[in-house]
Formats: sequence, C-alpha cells, structure tokens
Amino acid sequence: MPPLIQLEKVTKIYQMGGEELLALREVSLQIEHGEFVAIMGASGSGKSTLMNVIGCLDRPTSGRYLLAGEDVSGLKRNELARIRSETLGFVFQHFNLLARTSALENVELPLHYAGVSSARERSERAMRALTRVGLAARAQHQPNQLSGGQQQRVAIARALVNDPKVILADEPTGALDSRTSMEVMALFQELSAAGITIVLVTHEPDIGRCAARVLTMRDGEIIRDEKQTPMVAQVPPQGRAA
Amino acid sequence: MNAISIARLSARALLRNKLRSFLTALGVVIGVGAVIAMVSIGEGAKRRVEQTFESMGTNLLIVMPGSASSSGMRGGFGSQATLTWDDLTAIRTELKAVRAAAPVLRDSVVAQSEDQNWTTSLIGTSTDYFFIRSWKAASGRLFSEDEADSAAKVVLLGETVVANLYGPNANPVGQTVRIGAIPFLVVGVLEKKGQSPMGSDYDDTIVMPASTFSTKISAGLGKFIGGALFVSATSEQDTGRAQSEIESLLRDRHHLAPGAEDDFSVRNLAELARAQEQGTEILTTLLAAIAAVALLVGGIGIMNIMLVSVTERTREIGVRIAVGARTWDVMAQFLGEALALSLAGGLVGIAFGLLAAARIAAHYRWPMIVHANVIFISAGFSALVGVGFGLYPARKASRLDPIEALRFE
Repeated sequence: MPPLIQLEKVTKIYQMGGEELLALREVSLQIEHGEFVAIMGASGSGKSTLMNVIGCLDRPTSGRYLLAGEDVSGLKRNELARIRSETLGFVFQHFNLLARTSALENVELPLHYAGVSSARERSERAMRALTRVGLAARAQHQPNQLSGGQQQRVAIARALVNDPKVILADEPTGALDSRTSMEVMALFQELSAAGITIVLVTHEPDIGRCAARVLTMRDGEIIRDEKQTPMVAQVPPQGRAA
Repeated sequence: MNAISIARLSARALLRNKLRSFLTALGVVIGVGAVIAMVSIGEGAKRRVEQTFESMGTNLLIVMPGSASSSGMRGGFGSQATLTWDDLTAIRTELKAVRAAAPVLRDSVVAQSEDQNWTTSLIGTSTDYFFIRSWKAASGRLFSEDEADSAAKVVLLGETVVANLYGPNANPVGQTVRIGAIPFLVVGVLEKKGQSPMGSDYDDTIVMPASTFSTKISAGLGKFIGGALFVSATSEQDTGRAQSEIESLLRDRHHLAPGAEDDFSVRNLAELARAQEQGTEILTTLLAAIAAVALLVGGIGIMNIMLVSVTERTREIGVRIAVGARTWDVMAQFLGEALALSLAGGLVGIAFGLLAAARIAAHYRWPMIVHANVIFISAGFSALVGVGFGLYPARKASRLDPIEALRFE
C-alpha cells in the first residue's frame, strides 16, 4: 500500500504585489495510514501553507503530491473538490458552523456535496457522526446554543461524516480554553485509536505533545521530524463543560 | 448535487434570514403585481371604449344634411334638409362598401301611459336601423317591413321609457302609449344599451317607422329627409371606403361642381373609435412600461441583496468549498436563492396583480381582462430577473478562493 500522503519536493511560491514569497521550499514528507501528526512552528513558518496543500485547498507551484497513491498536484479546481469530498475532513480554528442551523444539518452539509441524495440517509449518517463525538442529544441545537467545545465537536462530526481517510485540523484548539482543548484532543486521540489518520497544525506545545509524530517547520522547511509517545489528553476531573 | 439538494440548501439559506428575504422578494412582488394590474387596467379601459362604440352601431357612419346659406349667414350641418329619400335608396343599393342604411328622424315628444307621462326622444327610422345599431327586442318584436311601409301606428320603447311610464320591470308589450293625442301599439321593448360615449342615455327613446313619424308626428318634407342617415359599412376596414363612396355618390346626385362645398357631411365613427382605442393602447403601453421599471428595480434589489449576502457569507462559502462543493454547486445554490426569491415574489405578485385588477375593474365597472400571456410573461420575466441578477453574485461566490474565504473576518 502506498503512503497515504506523499509530498515530493513540494514548493509553493506566493506572488505578493510583485514580490515572491517562498512559503514552502522543496518539502518532502510521507504520512502513513493511521498516523497522528502535529505540524508545529511559529507563524509564517509555512505550516498553514503545508496544511492547505495537503488539504487540496491549494496547489503546489512545483513538486508532486500523491494522496492515497493518486497524483493530485495538477488537478483542476472541481477535481480537487471531489478529492476533498471523498478523502478529507476539515476542522477549523473558528469551527465555521453555519449559524441558525441545527447541529444535525451542519453535519449533513458535506453529504449534499458528496451526492447523497436520500434525505434519510443523510440524517442517519449525520446522527451516527454526532453520536461518535458524544453530541447525539444536541442534534437539534443551533451553534449559538452550544459551548465552544461542543461546537468544535460538531465540526469534528462534520469532518467525520463522509468517512474520510484523513482529518485535517487547523489550530483546532486555538479558540478554546485549556480544559476544553484537552477535551477536543481526547476526542482526536480516540478517533486516532479507531484508525483515522489525523494531521493537525498547532503552535501550542501542549497540543503537539498529544500527537505521535511532530513536524516542526521554520522558513518553509521541515527542520525536525520526530516520533514520540503521545501524552494522554486528560480532562481535569471537575467535570466536562456542559 | 441534484436539484432537490440545491433547492433545500437555497431554501434553508433564505429562511435563515426571513425578513431580508421577504423584503427582497417584495420588490419583485410589487413589480410583477404592477405589470399585471396595469396591463389589465389598460385592456379593461380599451374594452370599455370598444363597447361604447359598439353600442353606437356596427361600423357606423353618419350622414348629416348640409348647411343652409342665406345672405351670407351659414347655418351648421343639419340646418337644411338636403338628403332625399332617393339618396337613401341609392346609398343602400348602389354602394359596394355599404351594407345597410336607415333614416333617423328625431323629435322630442311627451309620451303618456294610463297614469304617467314622460318626455323622451322619438326616432323615426326603418328596419335597417336595428341592424346598424345591433339592437334587438328584449321582449315583443321589432316592427316589420310591412308596418314600416304602411305607416302602422306601432312603437318600440327603450327601457328607461318603460320604467318611467309603466314602472321598472313592467312588460308593456300589447299596451297602448299615446304620443300627443294619437295612440300607438307597443310591439316590443328594446334591450338595454346603456350610456353613449357622450353620456346620454340610449334607452331613453321611442322608435317607430319613419313613415309613421312623417305622417303622425311632424309633417314630412316631401322628397327630402328631415334628419340624418345612419349607414353601416360592410366591415370595419371598409368604413373609409364607404365614406368616400357615399361622398362621391352624393356629390354626383346633388350635381355639385368640382370645388363646390359639400351640402352634406359624413362622419366615420369607426375611425373615431380607432383613434380612441389607440389612445388607450398608448396608455396601456405607458403603464406597462412604468410597471416594468418597477420590476427592474425589484431585480436590482435582488442583485444588491445577493451581493451583500455573498460578502457576508464568505466564510460559509469557504466552508462549503472546503467540504467538497464544486464551483457549480456554489453557483447553483446562489442562483437558486435568487431564483426562489424572484419566483416567490413573482407568484405573490401575480396574485396581488389579479386582485388589484379585479378591484379596479369592479370599481370602474369595466370587464376584467387578464390574458394568460401576461401571467406567463411576468412569471417568466421574474424568473429571468432572478437568474439575470443572481448570475453575477453567484459567479462571484463560486470563484472565491477557499483559503481566503475561510480566513475572511
């Protein structure tokens, strides 16, 4: 089986008002099925660009990117949309749930674009995903009726609903307090244990410690790539936030 | 993504902002409603004009006798009898473009029933008159050719006369009405015709044969006719031809030298009617144009709101693209939203337009005319407005860069 994610000398150059900004320099990287990888680095180190390339939201200027064996570096906008729909799940720093829309409907959203035309199937699958993140009871709540941690779990359910090969999380705890952050990390570890590949970007060392492999970036290059025994994310005992 | 999914997503997005969606659609409601109401008003007014002219007579021309000149004073048309009974016969029988012609002798008389009297206008004419004015008997019958030839003492009464002499809804057929001292047999009641374009009451009249009129009411003028002629052309298009045929025939028969003034005049009422109809048609077009501007403004309102909506929902669009929406999916959703707004607005607008048209028609007592075309065209136009004005915002949304869209504050 080929590696799930394989980058070969990937370079990304942005044009910024006539000046060229080298965001990634010949980055090569392999991530296997089932890995839990944290990408760390200061802001401007290129970690977000790397994430966008891995997430098929951006195309490399040069180099090759193979996702599950398929070369996706030259694909067109709509083909990338199909790859994202079939293979990837996204979790964002600010949750990005649709306002005034129930948790269930938010989770259903990717299924619309994946061509699941049966309303019943959509709601059943969305319900399963919500159950998996422990929010089945809040399916009919709207985002403004949920806490930050709950909103992020709804977002994770949305990323899970299409059975992706990889979940990509960009600063998933950036908008959460430390206890809720641990709650979310515990959920990621649970999903990882169930065999889902997870790649997350963070600049918080505590969060990075929860992953099994940490890539550190600086100036568009991976300067360190080390495996570690993950710290088990523990939620302080005074109870989970409601 | 199939049509149902698109419709669902669009509907959900619109319902998230109910007041805004309502106000946006309102622009189209007003536009479409105005178009339908205005066109219907125009059509109703036009039909009303047609009806009043139709009630005057079918393809009607009126021939008036000429003016009398004595010592430099020129009387108006009708001041001297110049038309003869032979002229009438010639017009009736010799001209191709003329279908019927009848003399119209008029007098104001007092009619009496057993216990009432009523001053009304009396018309002496021939049987052609009823054809020319497409006037039928509501009860009883018209007078016959024989009665007309033999100066029989028979009359037909208009509805207003019946109401004033015998009471409303009475049927005086077979009874006697006296004009002056002479009794006449009522053979029929004329059906209701209503108002003339000048506002007088057509039904306030008594009709009798011209021969009876000349012998019993006012002494005849021998070979001259003491009134006007009503002439019906063979068709609406032929009224012009009938007019020139009558003119040359009469000039010939009256031995008028070239350059001499006519001693009669021919009035073409069909032409007058056409001019009036054209007037209302211009009015209709004008009203519809104003309403179309309202519809256009409604469309621009949709575009405006859709653009605001695209900007406001940039992050939402970013999320949709990130989770797998293709360019077309995003475009379809925004187009769907614009289309839903304009179509919903269009449908409600049609309902309001019809309602307004019905109320106005009832108020002015003219027929409510709404062509199915107008409804289809305005429904189609509102859809077009939706697609047309939704296209640019939808395109804009579908081309957003997901990374920037997700970062948008």
